Amino acid sequence: MTPTVVLPVIIGGLYAAGVYLLLDRSLTRVLLGFLLLGNATNLLLLSAGGAAGLAPILGVSDPEDMNDPLPQALILTAIVITFGISAFVLAMIHRSWRLVRQEVVGTDEEDRRVAARKGTDADELDPDDLVPADRPAGHADGLRGADPDDVPADDIDLPAGTR
Amino acid sequence: MLVLLLLHLVAALLAPVLVRWWGRQAFLALALVPAAAFAWTLAQLSAVLDGREVSETVEWIPALDLQIALRLDALALLFAAVVTGVGALVLLYCARYFAPDEEGTGRFAGTLTAFAGSMLGLVVADDLLLLYVFWELTTVFSFLLIGGAGGRLAARRAATQALVLTTAGGLAMLVGLIMVGQASGSFLLSEVVADPGSGTVMTAGTVLVLMGAITKSAMVPFHFWLPAAMEAPTPVSAYLHAAAMVKAGIYLVARLAPGLADVPGWRPLVLGLGVATMLVGGYRALRQTDLKLLLAFGTVSQLGFLMTLVGGGSRELAAAGVTMTLAHALFKSTLFLTVGVVDHATGTRDLRRLSGLGRRLPVLAAVGCLAAASMAGLPPLLGFVGKEAAFTALWDGGLPDRTAATVVLVGLVVGSALTAAYTARFVWGAFARKPDCADTEVAHAPEPLFLAAPVVLATAGLLAGPFSPLLAPLVAEYAETVPFGLPEVEDLALWHGWKPALALSLLTVLAGGALFAVRARVSRTQRRLAVGASADEGYWNVIQGLDRLSVLVTGTTQRGSLPAYLGTILVVVLALPGTVLLTRAPWPGEWRAWDTPVQAMVGVVVVTAAALSLRIRQRLSAVLVVGVTGYGTAVLFALQGAPDLALTQFLVETLTLVVFVLVLRKLPKDIGERHRPRERAVRGVIAVAVGAFMGAVGAVALGARTATPVSADYPEEAYDFGGGKNIVNVTLVDIRAWDTLGEISLLVVAATGVASLVFLRSRTGGVDRAERTRLTEVDRPSWLAAGATMDPARRSVVLEVITRILFHTILVFSVYLLFSGHNDPGGGFAGGLVAGLALVLRYLAGGRYELGEAAPVAPGVLLGAGLLFAGGTGVGGLVLGAEVLQTAILETTLPVLGDVKLVTSLFFDMGVYLIVVGLVLDVLRSLGAELDRQEDEDDPIELNEGEMVVR
Repeated sequence: MTPTVVLPVIIGGLYAAGVYLLLDRSLTRVLLGFLLLGNATNLLLLSAGGAAGLAPILGVSDPEDMNDPLPQALILTAIVITFGISAFVLAMIHRSWRLVRQEVVGTDEEDRRVAARKGTDADELDPDDLVPADRPAGHADGLRGADPDDVPADDIDLPAGTR
Repeated sequence: MLVLLLLHLVAALLAPVLVRWWGRQAFLALALVPAAAFAWTLAQLSAVLDGREVSETVEWIPALDLQIALRLDALALLFAAVVTGVGALVLLYCARYFAPDEEGTGRFAGTLTAFAGSMLGLVVADDLLLLYVFWELTTVFSFLLIGGAGGRLAARRAATQALVLTTAGGLAMLVGLIMVGQASGSFLLSEVVADPGSGTVMTAGTVLVLMGAITKSAMVPFHFWLPAAMEAPTPVSAYLHAAAMVKAGIYLVARLAPGLADVPGWRPLVLGLGVATMLVGGYRALRQTDLKLLLAFGTVSQLGFLMTLVGGGSRELAAAGVTMTLAHALFKSTLFLTVGVVDHATGTRDLRRLSGLGRRLPVLAAVGCLAAASMAGLPPLLGFVGKEAAFTALWDGGLPDRTAATVVLVGLVVGSALTAAYTARFVWGAFARKPDCADTEVAHAPEPLFLAAPVVLATAGLLAGPFSPLLAPLVAEYAETVPFGLPEVEDLALWHGWKPALALSLLTVLAGGALFAVRARVSRTQRRLAVGASADEGYWNVIQGLDRLSVLVTGTTQRGSLPAYLGTILVVVLALPGTVLLTRAPWPGEWRAWDTPVQAMVGVVVVTAAALSLRIRQRLSAVLVVGVTGYGTAVLFALQGAPDLALTQFLVETLTLVVFVLVLRKLPKDIGERHRPRERAVRGVIAVAVGAFMGAVGAVALGARTATPVSADYPEEAYDFGGGKNIVNVTLVDIRAWDTLGEISLLVVAATGVASLVFLRSRTGGVDRAERTRLTEVDRPSWLAAGATMDPARRSVVLEVITRILFHTILVFSVYLLFSGHNDPGGGFAGGLVAGLALVLRYLAGGRYELGEAAPVAPGVLLGAGLLFAGGTGVGGLVLGAEVLQTAILETTLPVLGDVKLVTSLFFDMGVYLIVVGLVLDVLRSLGAELDRQEDEDDPIELNEGEMVVR
């Protein structure tokens, strides 16, 4: 099927504007970008459904001349869902503003903490870094309750001064 | 057998309750379960000796060809007897080991009983995958038993280490089992062993299965988890880590050896690791000062010995192996239980602090010495019988390769000498009187019941020696399944005459005695030879390396910035599908300018509006500009031949604008956040590239539209089966009704989400309504029901009048859209949106109380009723014998109305209508009325005392 020039240009323009807004930190602009992307995607779907035709209603138009009804059905629910999601994001924006007087997506501190993490959990430490009472048996050859000075020589824990 | 397994399960589930009722005495009742299994196992002895197998098969998942196949043959019987017998005695022992009111006993009792059941299941399972299930169950229960309540770091680490190692081996084994099963054409153990497959898959599978056995039975280089597991209470050490679980690997090797011993790689792996483990374990046992650890390393050593014997793949070694397995179970669990009693009585297990216990606890000392004698291989105990049989077999060349037999024999003799030495160290350490050490005080003398289990086990080991010929038929029954063997077989017996093996036994005992005699020098030499590396160290280094790597990967990929994440996704989209688009896509050969020139005109408006939205920093203006693109899109829909879409888009766009305004009134006028120029440049590049990419996709997609679309028959089907002329609507409510059902459910979720975000506490209920008195005490007639509640300054008479005139008309129109939608543009979505707009009008004209008057119903009720309608239509179709959501067409002639045609999918559409109205109402109630209320009542952020907002 021969594509038109106009529709891809409109679709591309909407996508470009939508993506630019989507990459913003301000939630309002992210939401506007989302709306633009929604419109662009619906247009893309519809344009992929074939050239312009007549309304897919029996009795009004001949089935031969109709625009493909399937993408239309898919788009119809998408439009309404976009509304639902927009309302949800708006509620998020409002809540964010109400609680912390900000509506920007800040940097996730938790992720930053993970990235900056140097130490490990006690459960993953090298046994040598633990107090002898917490070392696994067989590693230091002493079960719990053993006096630290009393831990006998073994492959790993040589007596003080030998290493 | 299945009944016995279920009995264990029930007992395990009841155990915590029983412990709560009866305290530690509950262990006595629980011990009856493995005891019953033990009795049943022994009852099958005659049948098994006659060569008959006891088997049960229950279909499990027939579609996957999985079955619960259980089978008891000679080998399984021997292991089952050990598992159940020792299990019963250990539970008996537990009844005195724990203090009467010790915490966590119930959990422990349940886990231990469950473990006993899984172990029994493991040895009687005949299906490879069932075996694997039980195998992993024992791993999990072992983890729980070692870790205890999880309060102590060392126990947690030991438990995790055991879990990581044995599960890793178990996973390798699962892959191996599947490969072996595929190569052999059967997943039944008995059939695999009888007729194993061949080829590379079989070899690789066998090696992987051995990995499971090697980790589970603590072979070098994975041996270190077993000593670490000694963190567990002594009954666990005696049962899991001496008698039962660590024998699972031995069992598996013994089970497979008759069929798989000749698979390439089997003998080098099993014999090599077995001998190495025996030597390493024995060497390190000599260094231990904690009696329990001494025994643990001794167990490692003995497991290597057993692995060598059962894996050798010859009849004599196999017979010696199973005999030795029985002997080991008897003496090692006795020794562990003995140490438990010592620990209990004196409060220490350190052999440097124990002195003179032999005189103070004579019964215990006798029991310990008996078991130790069996371990060292002294006659007349069963350990001696087993070791003699092993030496004899190897001396006579009990392996296909004579040199290998000699090497293994030398290894085993040295290992046995070490065994004798650490046995002497144990007996001396536990019971002897040491000159430089004061006699140990016995704080709690053991009760008879506490000593019962070790006494029984030690006696069994003592009696089994002289009576070993009675054991011979059972052992032979298994050994005969091994194809390779010497022509003349020696039966098990205590006395074989003056044979070389006896000399070897004597040699090991003497050498062991000598090593013990010069223990001070041995200890010094061991210290000098100590190296700074071990398998354990390697394990922790690997684990830490993994941990660092995961932190590195997480830290590198998760920068914590939403734009960065989205940008990454978009770049990947450009890189991968973009490349395909450029290189492989069927580009259209010819282009048209437009379908109609109007498209171009609208296009200019839409693209201009989109471009403007990038520059505008005023919120409201930006929203309006974006709204223009929405309306433009609606026009494009109409031009394309989609009136339903155009209608819906117009309605939604209007609603969106209203909702935006409702929220934006609470926010500052301008968007303050500004990005750096470099960020803007990067965003711009990505945006333009994505735009170009998607435009190209649109063109290519249309160019690629060559096949007949699935919707080719929709027009005909829509009328014949769906009974409607509007094909889009019929598609929504009938042809693709499942999709729609999912989508309206999503709307319900979105509405609930909006309410949850705005109403911080309780989001159920309807819109607030003004008190009746407030509505009636108006001084002048009002156009709206609650108009008087508004601030006079904010009222607009024109709007009120228009609302008064139009509201009901709009509602009627929405219902008309709903009903006519099946044949004309409209339907539940459009109708619902129109009704929603009517509510918006009432709210805007009359304030939040007016909304309550207009829709005195909780939005949740509307949403729920809508889902009920839509879902009920589906169920209705099912009840009537049709498919879910299938449409029925009812036609009748009524007196006044004439011909009436009722399509059941109308009810589905009504559900859609209700949900859309509910959604709009919920959004208005939250973002409109509730925000008003918060402002009216000057409601601070609804935080309770001590609550904190985390960002």
